[in-house]
Amino acid sequence: MRTPRDLDAIIVGAGHNGLVAGCYLARSGLKVLVLERQPYIGGAAVSRQLYENFTYSNCSYVCSLLRPEIIRTLELPKYGLQVIPYEGGVTMMQGGGHLANYDNHDALRREIARHSTRDAEAYDRYARDVMRQCKFIKPLLMREPPDPTSFKPRDIQELLYLGRRFHGLGEERMYDTLRFWTMSAADFLDEYFESEIVKAHFAGSSIIGTALGPRSPGTAYVLLHHYMGDIDDTVGAWGFARGGMGSITKALGASFEASGGTIRSAAPVAKILVRNGRASGVALAGGEEIHAPLVISNLDVRRTFLETMDSKDLPDEFLRQVKNFKIRGSSGKLNIALDGMPRFPAIPEGSPSIRGDMHVTDTIEMMEHAYDDWKDGRWSRAPYIDMLIPSQIDPTMVPDGKHYMSVFVQYCPYELADGPWDAAKRRAFGDTVIDTIAQHSPNFKELILHAEIRTPWDIENEVGLTEGNIFQGELTMDQLLFNRPVPGYAQYRAPVRGVYMCGSSTHPGGGVMGAPGANAARAVLRDLGRAN
Amino acid sequence: MTESLAPHFKQPLLKTPFHERARALSQIDSFVPWAGYTTVDVFSTMEQEYFSIRNATTLYDLTPMVKYRVSGPEAMPYLNRLVTRDVAKLRPDRVAYCVWCNDAGHLIDDGTIFRMGESDYRICTAERQIDWLLDSAIGFDVQIVEVTEQIAALAVQGPTSCAVLKTMGLWGVEKLKPFEIGYFMLGAHPLTVSRTGFTGDLGYELWMEPGAALGLWDALMEAGRSRGIRAIGSQALNVARIEAGFLLPNVDFVSAEHTIRTGRDRSPLELGLGWLVDFNKGHFTGRRALLQEKTQGPRRQLVGLDIAGNKPAHNALLYTDDSGKREIGSVTSAIWSPTCKRNIALAIVDAPHFQIGSTVWAEIYLNRELVWERRMSRAQVVERPFFAPERRRATPPAEF
Amino acid sequence: MTVAASTTQSRYDCVVIGGGHNGLVCAGLLARGGRSVLVLEAGAQVGGAALTREFAPGFRVSAGAHLLHLMPADLSRELQLEAHGLEWAARGMPSTAVVVGGGGLGLGLEEAQQGLSVADAQAYAVYTARMRRFAAALAPMLSRLPPRLGTTAWADRLSMLRIGWEIRKLGRRDMRELLRIIGMNVYDLLEENFDSAALKGALGFDAVLGANLGPRSPGTVLTLLYRLAGQSAAGAAGLSQPKGGMGALCDALAKSASAAGATIRTGAPVATIVVEGDRACGVVLESGESIGAHSVISSADPKVTFLRLLGARYLDTGFVRRVNHIRSHGLAAKLHLALNRAPAFSGVDGSALSGRLLIAPSLQHIEHAYNHSKYGEFSGAPIMEITVPTANDPTLAPAGQHVLSAIVQYAPYALKEGWQSGRQRFMDTALKQLEKFTPGLRGCIVGAELLTPADIEQEFRISGGHWHHGDLAFDQFLMVRPVPGAAQYRTPMDGLFLCGAGCHPGGGVMGVAGRNAAQQVLKSS
Repeated sequence: MRTPRDLDAIIVGAGHNGLVAGCYLARSGLKVLVLERQPYIGGAAVSRQLYENFTYSNCSYVCSLLRPEIIRTLELPKYGLQVIPYEGGVTMMQGGGHLANYDNHDALRREIARHSTRDAEAYDRYARDVMRQCKFIKPLLMREPPDPTSFKPRDIQELLYLGRRFHGLGEERMYDTLRFWTMSAADFLDEYFESEIVKAHFAGSSIIGTALGPRSPGTAYVLLHHYMGDIDDTVGAWGFARGGMGSITKALGASFEASGGTIRSAAPVAKILVRNGRASGVALAGGEEIHAPLVISNLDVRRTFLETMDSKDLPDEFLRQVKNFKIRGSSGKLNIALDGMPRFPAIPEGSPSIRGDMHVTDTIEMMEHAYDDWKDGRWSRAPYIDMLIPSQIDPTMVPDGKHYMSVFVQYCPYELADGPWDAAKRRAFGDTVIDTIAQHSPNFKELILHAEIRTPWDIENEVGLTEGNIFQGELTMDQLLFNRPVPGYAQYRAPVRGVYMCGSSTHPGGGVMGAPGANAARAVLRDLGRAN
Repeated sequence: MTESLAPHFKQPLLKTPFHERARALSQIDSFVPWAGYTTVDVFSTMEQEYFSIRNATTLYDLTPMVKYRVSGPEAMPYLNRLVTRDVAKLRPDRVAYCVWCNDAGHLIDDGTIFRMGESDYRICTAERQIDWLLDSAIGFDVQIVEVTEQIAALAVQGPTSCAVLKTMGLWGVEKLKPFEIGYFMLGAHPLTVSRTGFTGDLGYELWMEPGAALGLWDALMEAGRSRGIRAIGSQALNVARIEAGFLLPNVDFVSAEHTIRTGRDRSPLELGLGWLVDFNKGHFTGRRALLQEKTQGPRRQLVGLDIAGNKPAHNALLYTDDSGKREIGSVTSAIWSPTCKRNIALAIVDAPHFQIGSTVWAEIYLNRELVWERRMSRAQVVERPFFAPERRRATPPAEF
Repeated sequence: MTVAASTTQSRYDCVVIGGGHNGLVCAGLLARGGRSVLVLEAGAQVGGAALTREFAPGFRVSAGAHLLHLMPADLSRELQLEAHGLEWAARGMPSTAVVVGGGGLGLGLEEAQQGLSVADAQAYAVYTARMRRFAAALAPMLSRLPPRLGTTAWADRLSMLRIGWEIRKLGRRDMRELLRIIGMNVYDLLEENFDSAALKGALGFDAVLGANLGPRSPGTVLTLLYRLAGQSAAGAAGLSQPKGGMGALCDALAKSASAAGATIRTGAPVATIVVEGDRACGVVLESGESIGAHSVISSADPKVTFLRLLGARYLDTGFVRRVNHIRSHGLAAKLHLALNRAPAFSGVDGSALSGRLLIAPSLQHIEHAYNHSKYGEFSGAPIMEITVPTANDPTLAPAGQHVLSAIVQYAPYALKEGWQSGRQRFMDTALKQLEKFTPGLRGCIVGAELLTPADIEQEFRISGGHWHHGDLAFDQFLMVRPVPGAAQYRTPMDGLFLCGAGCHPGGGVMGVAGRNAAQQVLKSS
């Protein structure tokens, strides 16, 4: 791949946000180069063949948060992206029994009513309140968070916009919003449901990717964060990208190149170059220097500023804040090739819930215990798992009759209390997960053809996410909105002119959403005077 | 309750105890879901079914109506705190139409309350809401149980309905006054009859154990054979209820327990149900908010419209004049009334345009052989109900 | 229940339910405002959870709170508490963190220099100064009426702007830092600043004292700042111990109120609040006696006030739903020991006994103690705030003997095994923990009492035995405390006000809720 000359911008990292930013900039006529460390693009949204004829979405594994306006503007369907909603979900209980999620409202009501008739009806109130909050939050995703300490007209205007939207909720709902953004998922769910299994089922998304337990204040927001996605206007729906998560970044890459952008893979950036107080380009690990007046980093803030930039180019206070940015990894992942479809006796024959996300944690308490292990530097002895078999829906991923299972595991620490990760510990972690699944599936173990086991340490090393944190930084109250990634720098601009951030470390955070990339591109274009 | 054999994830909708008969009579397989049950929308043609309501006797399967039994020493104070009407005035064996609101005085639902005994009530409503009912029970010595599946219900409505019931052997049914409850036996099965309905016409609602359902259906069909009895679906009933000016949840209002957007809730005052709100009976949920609203006057109101032309104003936006510049509301329900021969609608209209006699303009889109035409039609705010025959109140009712 | 006006025997402008410190503060201020006031206290003496009583023959202790550090100086001045008999056994009491394996870390800025590394000592000075600035900025908020959201009333908008302005005044750098840390957990904050486990443990302890949180729970910086803001508003006296225990404070409050004309009746538990024409107009006592009032002000917790004394039938369902959801399960127990000699903490100077001693060896330790409470178990190695009140005030025990008073966490109200069997086991656990730091303690115990949250609920009539009447946390804070619709001390029921710890700004012997409430009552009539 020839490196074009007279570049306008370099994007460091070909993750989905880097590519989204690249697409928007290229479409505005900028000459953009995306540099990727790995020989393949995608960052944490990849489809990889790690076992013969099997495609794994080996990092991120489901799609819903990707903003529809991005899919549309960047013409991703034209470049091969298809998102297929999945058909349900289920939590299997210890000792048999289950709670399933069904699309059909009546089926779902009757399903929940098997556990509690009251909960079956309280579910409507729950869904309503979640929806109300999502309606409030969604428009904020694609905006630059205002700096509350600033008197700039733009910040004041944005603050007023926030204020007006908040006010528009009406008194009661404003209080609800204040509370939902700050309470724990366990307390939040207690206000609706009485049945343990129902609470546990809905609590799952409140801990995914976080270094918090369901009893930690702030997790109700994380729960909402996972409802923020929509597929074809069905809010909260999740789906598979046909061909694995790599099809998202593949489509983004194709869209980018179609707009004239260039991608160089296997080109690890060693340094972001600064001359006379402004960005001048990057130096690759091999020593090659590439020049451009704008450098946009898709890496997390820790990696961008502590490893890829010179500390002398950055203000001390900023560096201190970056060092304080919390980015603890808490999740692991197993990707498993299966010789056939495993049986789950708890799930009734013919139930579509098996074609969705499957769980085995049936009480909040169990989830909280899993978190306690993480706090002490252990992987959870009884982990929370988010398990899917996308090959039931997506025919492209495996040979006929075989299956691919993606198992997201919570919690798994980046640093173990008893010393660094090694092969034996990784295997032991994998065994914990496999045993957990096998408790609910008698023939599971014998079907395993291959299993890729990924700890946060592996995720960091392969994808480059610091400490293996899947959101490029924890989604806690102190790291949201104008505090994300660090106070005073929440508007995608680094303290060095010409350097921008576009990764999930920035507002509105992680998940394969693309909003940080789009927002960052908008900030760049505004600074260039090209805002529309 | 006859539960379908397939599991709920394959067959989410339940079947009512009358399903077998309905299925047999259904000519066009037109079923719709209602509160978790599958029910008939149209048996043969909507028009024929409608005219049977106004001319003969009709059977309508009401089983999906959600029923709660409210009992216990504080059942009455509980209900009085729940609904806006004074339940203390409801005598045993009587029924009252009621609404209940949230704290903001916005409507959660409407329904009927049956006083079945000294301290034994039944709430009959369109949507499930045990969550609200139980939260309302905090601090009251009261038991609330959903009994929907334990009670089959059939509406027998139309000018000959009383005669049909008498023929079937319900002696004395003619003595029931509107909103009165009577107890009968049909063979070995107890049968509760209330003189209530959703048609605005003479009619009764029959309540029984599910096991007695098919026998009752057959007995009614037999007794009504000479009086033109006919099973009807929801479409025909919908025409009748609009003529009668009755509201339908999720059509004319959305429950305040379900609205997502702000400003979509409706108060009973806005829905023209102020007559159901008793400010003198003591506290009820929403009272303080409604009192405030009453002082300020409602910002909008649900009214009846009489619209020029003969095309129903489905979903029409309303304007102050035919220029269509200032929007002042929208139509919630609209039909051509086959009996009144008027083009009528229920609509939410902003203040001050909701006064009786006001003129508003409706924007109606007409599909003329696939070519759409837009028409601004003059409409007048008129009194509800649009149709209210004397026979609905007469006791004893005439034979037809 | 309605009681006809004719049966009413007496009539006051204001009836205050509960003679705890907030009720007495409120009554005193109302009386000063010229209202006729009656305080009705269920117990045999005033004080609520701030009273002194005998727990073993000859040994007396502050049965609830044992330190005074939150009551604003201007409030005590206004009520002339010292003129009404309040004397100090100690002021500016030091805090010492006792260290595993012996020794103590003085937490005063100067003492701490000795026990800390240079880096930590320096960081501690910077941290303390910064937290004090933040606390001072937040302090005025405590005494203000929490704004209502969504109204167009200028008072509420102004109130919001004032809060914003107070924070804005800190300057950009501090403001950013405050907005960042306020949502954080105290664990991360302390990890950012210090190395010393003992220091972090001790500082983290204050964040979780009385809170249903562990140091790793987000929101614990808020609880810490809140405590510091309260101390900042209280003035420079620091931790104080009234002579005669906390009961002496309430005696002074009662005298102050009486002197201003308020009537105080003890042994007069209220059964119901009387409503007529949608307005609270008096109370009926458990004895059946009814008393009329223009305003009824309740210092009882919100659940008791709304659901028991008033009754759900006078309230809207949504409001009741919110009241029902108030989290008010206490998790602090109180341990009282009668000792035949002064306790000796190994390696800790005897002078430390005149202050408070903290057993919170590390953040990890606190977090582990908290873990248990999440599952309805008590901590295996509890954390404690210990005072030896007799060190400053020998009158509380027979000559030469001592009292040890400790707040012990975590002891969840809803203990799975039940407090019936749990009480003794927890007592043993607490003593075992104490003995690690004061070897031989058991040998000198001549009397002991453990008050679990269940006991506190019983004795002080607080739902859940929670001294804040409801968790102090973001979602039960300011305009949502205790619930929207009652956060401005007024309630949906005309004539009924709240003045207890369940309201803004919460519990602890602060008295600010009582004062804020009094202002609203005076304004309303």
